[in-house]
Amino acid sequence: MQHSVSIKDLSLNFGQVSVLKSLDLDIAQGEFIVLLGPSGCGKSTLLNCIAGLLDVSSGQIFIGGKNVTWEEPKDRGIGMVFQSYALYPQMTVERNLSFGLRVARMKKDEIERRVQRAAEILQIEPLLARKPVELSGGQRQRVAIGRALVRDVDVFLFDEPLSNLDAKLRSDLRVEIKRLHARLKNTMIYVTHDQIEAMTLADRIAIMKNGVIQQLADPHTIYNKPVNLFVAGFIGSPSMNFLNGALDGSAFATENTSISLGGYQFTKAPSGKTNVVLGIRPEHIAVGEDARKMPFQFESEIEIVEPMGADTIAWTKLGGQSVTFRAASEVALVPGQKVTIGFDPARGSVFDAASGDRL
Amino acid sequence: MTSEALSSRATGAVAATGPSGPKPNKLTLSRVGVYAFLILAALFFLMPLWVMVVTSLKGMPEIRQGHLFNWPSMLTFEPWLKAWDTACTGRDCNGLKPGFWNSVKITALSVPVSIVIAMINGYALSFWRYKGSEFLFGVLVFGAFVPYQVVIYPLIIGLSKVGLFATLPGIVVVHTIFGMPILTLLYRNFFTSLPVELFKAARVDGAGFWGIFFRIMLPMSVPITVVAVILQTTGIWNDFLFGTVFAGRENMPMTVQLNNIVTTTTGIREYNVNMAATILTAAVPLVVYFVSGKWFVRGIAAGAVKG
Amino acid sequence: MTQVAQSGGSAAGLASAVAVKPRMRRRFNYQSVIGTMPMIATAVGVFIICIIFSIIWSFTNSKLFPNFNFIGLDQYVRLWRTDRWIISVQNVFVFGILSIGLGMVVGYLLAVFMDQRIKGEDLFRSIFLYPFAMSLVVTGLVWQWMFDPNLGIQEAVRQLGWTGFEFAPLVKSETALYGVVLGGLWNGVGVTMAIMLAGLRGVDAEIWKAAKIDGIPTWKTYLFIVLPMMRGAIATSFILQCTGVVRVFDIVIAMTQGGPGVSTQMPAIYVIQHITDRVNVGQGMAAATMMLVPVMALIGLQYFLQWRSNRKAGRA
Repeated sequence: MQHSVSIKDLSLNFGQVSVLKSLDLDIAQGEFIVLLGPSGCGKSTLLNCIAGLLDVSSGQIFIGGKNVTWEEPKDRGIGMVFQSYALYPQMTVERNLSFGLRVARMKKDEIERRVQRAAEILQIEPLLARKPVELSGGQRQRVAIGRALVRDVDVFLFDEPLSNLDAKLRSDLRVEIKRLHARLKNTMIYVTHDQIEAMTLADRIAIMKNGVIQQLADPHTIYNKPVNLFVAGFIGSPSMNFLNGALDGSAFATENTSISLGGYQFTKAPSGKTNVVLGIRPEHIAVGEDARKMPFQFESEIEIVEPMGADTIAWTKLGGQSVTFRAASEVALVPGQKVTIGFDPARGSVFDAASGDRL
Repeated sequence: MTSEALSSRATGAVAATGPSGPKPNKLTLSRVGVYAFLILAALFFLMPLWVMVVTSLKGMPEIRQGHLFNWPSMLTFEPWLKAWDTACTGRDCNGLKPGFWNSVKITALSVPVSIVIAMINGYALSFWRYKGSEFLFGVLVFGAFVPYQVVIYPLIIGLSKVGLFATLPGIVVVHTIFGMPILTLLYRNFFTSLPVELFKAARVDGAGFWGIFFRIMLPMSVPITVVAVILQTTGIWNDFLFGTVFAGRENMPMTVQLNNIVTTTTGIREYNVNMAATILTAAVPLVVYFVSGKWFVRGIAAGAVKG
Repeated sequence: MTQVAQSGGSAAGLASAVAVKPRMRRRFNYQSVIGTMPMIATAVGVFIICIIFSIIWSFTNSKLFPNFNFIGLDQYVRLWRTDRWIISVQNVFVFGILSIGLGMVVGYLLAVFMDQRIKGEDLFRSIFLYPFAMSLVVTGLVWQWMFDPNLGIQEAVRQLGWTGFEFAPLVKSETALYGVVLGGLWNGVGVTMAIMLAGLRGVDAEIWKAAKIDGIPTWKTYLFIVLPMMRGAIATSFILQCTGVVRVFDIVIAMTQGGPGVSTQMPAIYVIQHITDRVNVGQGMAAATMMLVPVMALIGLQYFLQWRSNRKAGRA
């Protein structure tokens, strides 16, 4: 099958600093890929390389089956949307959308047709005669998307497009982008540091750290089967509980607790006794009656309670190690209260303490 | 580095053909054009300096041959000595020396006086506004744009009434007056950019107008004062108009004296001496410029904020 | 009880309204007035009273010393019948338009070339900017020599073999003004470049990326996208040059002394000549008052623009 975007052994160095390290990434036609990671992980740099805004140090980039490693950005068949919108401030919305096409000396009626189509898709027709200063942040970002749309390209690149918007607008536009993808079925590569955007939008998420893709998988897999401690800790809020202990056979043991890992599917069978980290998501921990149905249960005292409205986050201890869990808001919890808490170790993740890799 | 280059070449050969790695760095025509333009422009800017230096080191016979740009065939420092010591303005033949010392006196007095006053102005306008203070500031900003000729004559009359016309204190007062708009604006912008909580905290601690000024604001304004000193030193040293009008014969600054030496029409024109004199006059601000470097640019930007 | 609560509420409201403008006027502090005495004296004594006196004396027949024999608009009538003044005004307009126009174009051009990630940027910047450190008198004298027909550029080029070469603008009255413009450009264009370059560097990097994706050629990006975004830098350098033009004096004195003939006369020189050599204070003051007109017009324009943008902001 022909990949829409293909990155082969791509590296980028700024002087001595290596920003991207022999990356390989194949993106299917019509796929929505999110590059996710903390700041400085190289996700935006990778996007800029794909766009041709940065020269790579080694490796190749293919878009639509064509080697574009040395091509100019305009010839790569891409459109790009930026965090700061990057609209041309002195031009009207209509001019902003059409400027690139005019410079490329496209026919007038074709320009007209494309601008109309983009405006219709994004519902910005009433704004065409306005200037960017007269628009709200959300409207500006629609225009910026429109500028990518009129280029009639196969691949859309988004560089943290929602980061400058407030929380409400961000979630609105997020849905908008998802709808846009459903309608256009273009390949989209989307950079963000917001895990909710990544989880909600992506067909596949590429989690990056220090210029290396840690895990490339669909959101469900990323969430439930993180390949290493970094991915496990980065995804999820509040973040995954990590319990330090040792693995002996199929039993996980801390200083004073032993948890049977029967039912857990190991990817690599561990040999002998190894130090491991058991990760369990706060939402996989049950309390009270529900806890009694769980394979593993323990008695514990509630330390702190954080009511969040929809649910409640509570802090407790398991064998001396701190554990948070998420409970329904109806469950009455008070600090000092003794409760029964339980979880299914099979839903957890076991990592090698030394390498951080999933076992 | 080497291993990476090797590996990229290897994968390039194995994995796929076609472009790989960085775009080959073509030395394009436009790149050459950029440097050609900049170098030509730089030559234009340097040409007068070069001409000044080489001419000042030539003897008059060589100058008359007209090889403007040539390095002197016979190096002589005679013109420099003459420009400094014995060049004539009208009847006096003392060279630029007296003018230099006059300029030193004027600058050394005017710079601190004008800066201290402007600093207090900016401080008061930022933290201790009183009824009418904003109006006064508005007038001052207006003063930054007024052509000097509009106020010069009444100022001459006023200064002679109090006996300061054509005296050293008189020219210092004049420089203080005309430096005040820009300097006050500079300091006001600086002080208003400070967090107002700093001022409030000091007030709560019981400090008053002068206490806050000396203990908190003065130590904090060192960087902006460097800019102000550069701005004022070059500005006052380079002044010509006020020196002509207000300094009087006794305190004639270097620029005025230079102009007089050069435009003295009696006798033959000694171009080499004139050029040496010009370089000597420009030397102080040039030294300030090259020593201060980036600060100078900042000073210009600060002067530009008046817009 | 309710009343107390209400008044308490309104007091809190008032306090918060004050808090919005933390630098509001405080209780009167006489130390502040004492500290700013020099400013009060300068603002009132020089920039108000002196200007008023200048205007008053422009309506008198003051000669060597000022007097108060009012003669109405006679000085102004005489002023506008004097060729020397009219030529001065024409000169300052031509000089202003040329030097500001060229200064802007050359300054922006230099800034754009400096912006091409060149090697030795600091060196080039120093070279373009150093003339500004020199006084206008020095600038004028240097270029007077460069333009000297017997020793300057003209002679140097002729000796290279191009014997018909002519480049001595200051000796002819038709071209002298252009010579002064060139000298002024040499002195000040580096500053315009520095301001413009700072403006260029302030443009959002993503604008450049967007333009590259759109396939807009670099020169078009500079001209149609970036230049209109630099209003601040353009306004700053424009105003800076305007004040320089209205005051133009030193460079002309050093370069041409207003000649040949009256071809480089300027209003500022006219004023100084009338209050010194020509001992006609009334006439000089009339000319000085006229010099105030363009400044007032500029300030008025500034206020108008501010008022308009305020109104726009109010509507939005």
